[in-house]
Amino acid sequence: MTRIRFAGFGGQGVVLSGFILGRAACLHAGKNAAMTQNYGPESRGGACSADVVVEDKEIAVPVFAQPDVLILLSQEAANKNASWIPGAKLVLIDEDLVHLEGEDPKILKAPFTRMATSLGRRIVANIVMLGYLTDRSKIVPATAMEEAIRDTVPPKTIDLNLKAFRAGLAVPGAG
Amino acid sequence: MSPEKGVVLTGSHFMLGDQACAEGAIYAGCRFFAGYPITPATEIAERMAERLPPIGGQYIQMEDEIGSVAAILGASVAGVKAMTATSGPGFSLMQENLGLGFMMEVPCVVVNVQRGGPSTGLPTSVGQQDMMQARFGSHGDYAAIAYSPSSPQEAFELTVDAFNTAERLRTPVLVMMDEVVGHMRERVVIPEAGKRPLLYRRLPSVPPSQYRPYRVGEDLVPEMALAGGGYSVRMTSLTHDELGRAVTDTATQAVLLPRLLRKVSEHREVYEQYELRHAKDAEVLVVAYGITGRSALGAVELGRTRGVRVGLFRPKTVWPFPADALLRAARSVRRVVVAEVNMGQVALEVERLLAGKCTIVRVTSPGGEVLAPELILEACSPERAPKVRG
Repeated sequence: MTRIRFAGFGGQGVVLSGFILGRAACLHAGKNAAMTQNYGPESRGGACSADVVVEDKEIAVPVFAQPDVLILLSQEAANKNASWIPGAKLVLIDEDLVHLEGEDPKILKAPFTRMATSLGRRIVANIVMLGYLTDRSKIVPATAMEEAIRDTVPPKTIDLNLKAFRAGLAVPGAG
Repeated sequence: MSPEKGVVLTGSHFMLGDQACAEGAIYAGCRFFAGYPITPATEIAERMAERLPPIGGQYIQMEDEIGSVAAILGASVAGVKAMTATSGPGFSLMQENLGLGFMMEVPCVVVNVQRGGPSTGLPTSVGQQDMMQARFGSHGDYAAIAYSPSSPQEAFELTVDAFNTAERLRTPVLVMMDEVVGHMRERVVIPEAGKRPLLYRRLPSVPPSQYRPYRVGEDLVPEMALAGGGYSVRMTSLTHDELGRAVTDTATQAVLLPRLLRKVSEHREVYEQYELRHAKDAEVLVVAYGITGRSALGAVELGRTRGVRVGLFRPKTVWPFPADALLRAARSVRRVVVAEVNMGQVALEVERLLAGKCTIVRVTSPGGEVLAPELILEACSPERAPKVRG
């Protein structure tokens, strides 16, 4: 079982990221997935997070406190989730938006937003992140993620989103 | 009556519990929704607003929840399967007209996606605090039927079942969801249209001249003429006789009210559903429903890995409570743990049923989050004194 938390602010595609991962796991990778989300009353700008459980067997409890994989997309999200970092096996951060004290081999960094901007649209930063997550975590195969992206994003943006996903997959470093 | 092809969204989906509930309604043939959106039930209204008009149904956003129930009762009397959905504050407003539905025997489905209360309480967080309101919220004696799904898949299935029960027994039926089940996404598999059998109220078997609106046979459920269909449709909130005439005397009441209660209590096979897990050799039985059924399953699985002989009894129909099934399941257990996200509601029913038979422990919560499996498992150990948790 893998418990994944995506945390950032509204408008960054945090909930969509969780949705795509859950959909890939449960409709395209033969696994079970459960997704829950937390958000404030704001539709944009407020802190938000999405929790996904991916499991081969039946999922008993769909919610959790301690994630195995923690994805931090804003400094506020990093501060809020600081207590879960020691217990997580893998932490991914957007290196331009989040600063964490100290070095830890399980904390992996990439410039998701900067990479998305260079692809032409900052809005696909979350998809770059999903590519990076797929490569580093191996939770579900890249092919399942690509199918879920095709099913989910507006048809006109499929190529851009797949390009963003593959850019994230191909970030050099330990894989 | 089976839904038309192309109307039902068949296949596998990664879907919200609220949306699965709406799809269950559409699968069951619901073509009228009247409601007043409220967190965490808004996604049901949203889905119905999107789905109903293209398939010939109607969505009405009402002025409030009192009007919402009035509207679905009217639609149903005209022959259309109808539903509304709300959360605690709206459910309070619905109680008056729910009673009207019970009294006039109008099939319909009312969904409550529960959040923390009282009053507006915790708008975006989980609660199971309306379970006794579901049972006793409207005035007068009546027999409530309430389902409680533990997953989006069950939100779909039990909403279909709620419609079937409503139609079969001519009565409002409640689907008591909760914020986590409503706002959680999981795989939802929707069968082909017509794969799950659908029921529709029994229409008059006699011509209009011989029709007596509340005459019943052995099964105690009257045949239902549709308004506008040429039959005299006489309905009143007052105590009424077989002809639907208001007759407010004790003799008429003594016929009507016991029948309304027996109509439900004598048809358990129509609605009663529960799940047993690891119950065969259990020494401790956890009773939980809705999202807490999932926490309880987590507790049972955790307990089994530690050698605790713990099992789960999960009523999918909370009202009427599956009493005989619980008595059978608890026959050889020494301890029963009732877990729910409230300060002890369904626990009252379990305590009543099992009084003197075993130790009964409550795991309660003021609401806002799902009960942790560890907390439920802790209550399963014999060292723990039976007491009410704060």
